[in-house]
Amino acid sequence: MTAGPNLFEQQARNRRLTVAWLALFILFFAWLGFGGDFALYLAAAAHSEGPVPYRFPLIGVVVTAVAAVVAWVSWRKGPQQVLWSTGARELTAPQTLQEKQLVDVVEEMAIAAGLPKPRVYVIDDPDPNAFATGRDAASACIAVTTGLLAIVSREELQAVVAHEMAHVRNLDVRLMTLIAALVGVIVVLSNGMGRFLGMGGGRGAGGLLGGRGKKGGEGLGLAALVVFVLWIITLVLAPIISQIMAMAVSRDREYLADATGSELTRNPGALASALEKIETHEAPTTSIKAGAAHLCIADPLGKDVNLKDGRLADLLATHPPMAKRIVRLKGMAFQQLKAAGQAPSS
Amino acid sequence: MGSILLLVVLVLLALWVVGAYNGLIALKNQTINAWKQIDVQLKRRHDLIPNLVNTVKGSMEFEKDTLQAVVDARSKAMASGAGAGPGAGAGAGAGGVKETAAAEGALTGALAKLFVVMERYPDLKSSQNVRDLQEELSSTENKIAFARQLYNDVATRYNTKQQQFPTNLVAGLAKAEIAELWEIEDKAEREVPAVDLSLKKPQG
Repeated sequence: MTAGPNLFEQQARNRRLTVAWLALFILFFAWLGFGGDFALYLAAAAHSEGPVPYRFPLIGVVVTAVAAVVAWVSWRKGPQQVLWSTGARELTAPQTLQEKQLVDVVEEMAIAAGLPKPRVYVIDDPDPNAFATGRDAASACIAVTTGLLAIVSREELQAVVAHEMAHVRNLDVRLMTLIAALVGVIVVLSNGMGRFLGMGGGRGAGGLLGGRGKKGGEGLGLAALVVFVLWIITLVLAPIISQIMAMAVSRDREYLADATGSELTRNPGALASALEKIETHEAPTTSIKAGAAHLCIADPLGKDVNLKDGRLADLLATHPPMAKRIVRLKGMAFQQLKAAGQAPSS
Repeated sequence: MGSILLLVVLVLLALWVVGAYNGLIALKNQTINAWKQIDVQLKRRHDLIPNLVNTVKGSMEFEKDTLQAVVDARSKAMASGAGAGPGAGAGAGAGGVKETAAAEGALTGALAKLFVVMERYPDLKSSQNVRDLQEELSSTENKIAFARQLYNDVATRYNTKQQQFPTNLVAGLAKAEIAELWEIEDKAEREVPAVDLSLKKPQG
């Protein structure tokens, strides 16, 4: 198996990406916060002679404080909130054979991955789907819908759980939780500041920016206006940009989780047939919201995107096209058969 | 100047020795731990078997041989499994892995045969109790297989590390020994498909 080094490469890549994303978001926050201050400072400098009256970077400090608190809370509570929003219930005492199988299969995959057993959740929803969440292996949770339990065989369930376990082992869950926390902060900030500007805050700033100031201050006033307009544009576009960035990170992970999951079960064919079943049995989901979509094994929202393979579909989908994933898995299964000398010779 | 350079080289060398040594020790402990994981599952299987045998005994009077084979294989496996180790721990017997693997492989074969025979008894198949037991046993079988898979992966990494240059230079210092892999015995391997073939014959 050649997936061994790939796994560690992916873990290292995820660690690097985690740091890079943190840095990127900090820069973004700094711009959102202190950029506004900068615009106001330039404006104030354009209006007054001598010492500039705008000294304390109020917006920057407030934004930084709010962002830190919101990000920290959603980092700690994020996984639980995701589970809560889908109405998942923890499976502690399995009753039916199906539930017992689910718990057994999760235990089996935890052993195969050499990880502590994650907590198991069931979501009462007819749409077959599954996702993993958490900050690390110790706090990981795996949730499965009843729709999935109803249609897959034991082997296929094992393959799906292995895919989710791969997300846990590759540290994808950590990166996803972090990104979800950061994206959430941007949405909160963007909404909050938009409201602040809509109310009195904007008028004050507008007065400062628009009024005629001292002689020679026009250049500064123009600079302030440019910075301010840029700042407003970022503020408005921030939620969309951050969402697209988050999606781009989540997509290429699916292929690797498919591969790592097959490495755990040594049975790529089972995952291929599970994905085929998931695709054909799709049902409208009510419990999995947009907030959890990027975590799922199959995209619960834009299912029709799975059928297309264009630029726009690639940009907006949280998952690679299902057909591509199935083809890759079948290729792996064929290679395995060939290695075992059982492949049909054609 | 020359002495400073020498000092730097020596410090770097010492750091490398410490790193390589610790890496080997970490892998050794992972190997031992992976072995323990197999052990836990094997014990679980040994505990479950009397339960299964007692439950199906009444309905399967004509299959005494199959049942007896399972019971015998279990006691043999329990005897050989006691005190076995991967040979990774200092001074552990090196024959442990092979013996345990052989005995447990035989037990796996005997159990597989029993499951196939049980398919012929519809009242057994429909019993909730038997179904639960069967799920538990087949899950344990899977866990044994996956624990073995993990053990073999970790042990291979450990073995590769201690043989590769330049880590092999500190292998003696870390008391690293080659950990034996858990190979599936040829006998057991041949037995299980033999049962499968008899069932799928019509395809020819």
